Amino acid sequence: MIFDILYLSLLILLLLAGVWTVMTLNLLKSAIGLAVTSVILSLLLFRMDAPLAGVFELSVCAGLITVVFISVISLTKPLAAAEARARDRSRVKRFIFLPILIVIVGAVLYALRPHLDLPLPPAGLETDVRQVLWNVRRLDLVGQILIILAGVFGIVILFKDRPDTKGEIRRTTDKDRTDTKEGTKS
Amino acid sequence: MMLPVQVLFSTGVIFIILLAVAALYCILFSRNLIRILIGLELLIKAVTLLIALAGYITGHMALAQTMIITLIVIEVVVIAVAAGIVIGAQRHNQSLDVRTLRNLKG
Repeated sequence: MIFDILYLSLLILLLLAGVWTVMTLNLLKSAIGLAVTSVILSLLLFRMDAPLAGVFELSVCAGLITVVFISVISLTKPLAAAEARARDRSRVKRFIFLPILIVIVGAVLYALRPHLDLPLPPAGLETDVRQVLWNVRRLDLVGQILIILAGVFGIVILFKDRPDTKGEIRRTTDKDRTDTKEGTKS
Repeated sequence: MMLPVQVLFSTGVIFIILLAVAALYCILFSRNLIRILIGLELLIKAVTLLIALAGYITGHMALAQTMIITLIVIEVVVIAVAAGIVIGAQRHNQSLDVRTLRNLKG
């Protein structure tokens, strides 16, 4: 790949999508912005001859993680209108400096233009991803399995219904939720 | 005069640093727990791009792809567990504001 316009355009789009994700006031739009950032990163990975990583990024990060975020947003209670307006005003005040900071840091980095003397080892030692994944980095797979198991057990424990003092398993019913809402209102 | 490879790398690194700055700003200045998770996601995206760029420049793209796949697996598990904790905290405190999480305050 030569230094081309498409690569630069994708990098600029990635940064813009990331900043929009951070700056937008609506949480749902923020989650969608994150998905867009993932899609642009996937395109960059495809452009860098990393199709397997690109497919993973596209399916898992742009798909699954966006679903997780939207589920969390829908499971949590939104703020009241007055609270939301006050929160938005406070948020705008706090995040108005981000674009300025990005421009300043970008200008400084461009002026310094970091000259990196990269020691380039002979390329093509291992070209097949499957070879590297299954033979060279075999221990990583064991780590991945352990991490997935830890995550599964963690989520099971987080959402387990705990028994109360009488030894009965307490489950949240619709009646409980109604009572809680009425108690909150009063 | 810099080689095209070095121009490619240094340009990429500048954008990666800028994305990481935006993500860190989001983590540091947000009060909403979900937004903090979104900032963490953005930071991981910057790291993913850095690994891919380093792999591309050094010619070890296969190894870089393996690392990225491992990173994505870890990222999914971290986000799933953190989302569970966020839902639990919201049910307990009736709020997603980090300032309400004072249960462990000494």
